Amino acid sequence: MEVLGVWIASLLTLAIYSFLYKDNPFYKVAEHIFVGISAGYWAVILWFDFAWPNLFEPLIVKGNMVYLIPIIIGLLMFAPFIPKLSWLVRIPLTFTMGISMALFITQIIQGDILPQLQATFLPLAGIHPFKVFSNLLIIAGVVFTLIYFYFSKEHKGTLGFAAKVGIWFMMVSFGASFGYTVMARISLLIGRVYFLLHNWLGII
Amino acid sequence: MFLILLILVQGISLDVYDTPNDDGSSITLSWSSDTLISSYQILRSIFPEHDFKEIARVESGKTTYVDTAVKAGTKYYYRIKGAGLDTVFFSNTAGPVRPIAQIFNLGRLNIAVCMIILFAVILFYISRARKGEKLYIRKIPALTAVEEAIGRATEMGKPVLFVPGIMDIDNPQTIAAMSILARVAEKTAEYGTPLYVPTSKAMAMSMAQQVVKESATKVGRPDWFNADNIRYLTDDQFGYVSAVDGMMVREKPATNLYLGCFYAESLILAETGHYTGAIQIAGTAMPDQLPFFVAACDYTLLGEELYAASAYLSQEPIQIGSLKGQDFGKLIFILVIVIGVITRLLGNQYFYNLFKTTR
Repeated sequence: MEVLGVWIASLLTLAIYSFLYKDNPFYKVAEHIFVGISAGYWAVILWFDFAWPNLFEPLIVKGNMVYLIPIIIGLLMFAPFIPKLSWLVRIPLTFTMGISMALFITQIIQGDILPQLQATFLPLAGIHPFKVFSNLLIIAGVVFTLIYFYFSKEHKGTLGFAAKVGIWFMMVSFGASFGYTVMARISLLIGRVYFLLHNWLGII
Repeated sequence: MFLILLILVQGISLDVYDTPNDDGSSITLSWSSDTLISSYQILRSIFPEHDFKEIARVESGKTTYVDTAVKAGTKYYYRIKGAGLDTVFFSNTAGPVRPIAQIFNLGRLNIAVCMIILFAVILFYISRARKGEKLYIRKIPALTAVEEAIGRATEMGKPVLFVPGIMDIDNPQTIAAMSILARVAEKTAEYGTPLYVPTSKAMAMSMAQQVVKESATKVGRPDWFNADNIRYLTDDQFGYVSAVDGMMVREKPATNLYLGCFYAESLILAETGHYTGAIQIAGTAMPDQLPFFVAACDYTLLGEELYAASAYLSQEPIQIGSLKGQDFGKLIFILVIVIGVITRLLGNQYFYNLFKTTR
């Protein structure tokens, strides 16, 4: 059974990689299997890990009637099937959006804005000169990048120069991030090639 | 010997109190440490004199312990049993202490102040925009390219592909993407160009359908709307990518718009789009994925430009006012950074500590 699994995984891997040449029937087969199986898999996961323990179990097993409210709101997601009532789908959508945004604002201030501001109050005295330079670079990077994201004035003159410096800072960080992620992707490729050569063909 | 024992007993005087700024789920114990003690046993009871049971063991050197296994509203008494080389002794009995949930977490006061300031500024600008005041927003090059890209697809007689990321509608980037989708749908409906919106979340699909349908109706083309063009594929990240890649090579859209929250799929999508020769415009606030979009797309909305995009495109007073308010917030942040650095330079920690956040 394990051998069969290795064969299926290997052939599907090759079928997906065949896309590098061009779209072809092997890729189409692998793509449809992937989409179909993953959609079914997620449906099961969503039922057993989310819907049942968080909603249906408290309602049916424990008899907590409060859970009827989310069920009713959830059922409204099916409203588009009845054209006259299709507008009702906006209730669960806006409900989810509203709650998410309210939670998100607090999270952003608590987790991003205040800690990042505090992390920028860096010492510039009583430390090694290289550290002073490094701290100055971080402070300047944050300020100039913030200026780039200032939309209320056209980026001209001094403001334009500051915004340009901000873009340079971002591009340097993008370059570093790009290299780092490409390295991680190559290690994923190595893992897959190793699977084909070791587990499947037994060459290495 | 008696004298040493007396010093030891005095050395671990115990103090207990309801943990401040919590939901009534913990009690904090603090005591003074003694180097002759090798470990402490924390004992707890609901009676002042008897029934003390060990709830935790703490190594020497520690002077605080937070008991999280308590019930809000119940009175508790605590003792500490210290173990020396060959001696065992007890601290005073501390209590009763009753854990109570606080309505306000004063440790988060700085968050409340920050929110009030930001909200006040945003509301101020919204009211100005509503009064009809013309508020300036600078041009964002990637957005002016959106219309050109839709026009190009129309001229070529090919569809437009809009990928709203792989997250659900509880993600602000997806919501920003939906605002842009509304504008894109208006234009494509006006020109009669097919618009494909593959989604990886069922709720995102429903929302996209609503948005596109409304846009089509707004420009007087309800007949153009086709619900089948806005489809759910799969929740799985790479399953979704393989299907979208398939759409790109088979439907050959002339314009690909990747706007929303993306992860590792960003480069796979953008690379395939580049291979099919489509004009590509991307936008995300995911810092790790931006480099890939910058490298493989024609235009990229960087970070907050994604959020600014909907305001810029719609020119609605609420969105414009909100964006102006956020801009003012950025100026405040720059000022705060300057003050923070100067106060730190002067050796003052007070301002620095104002920005400490607690859970």
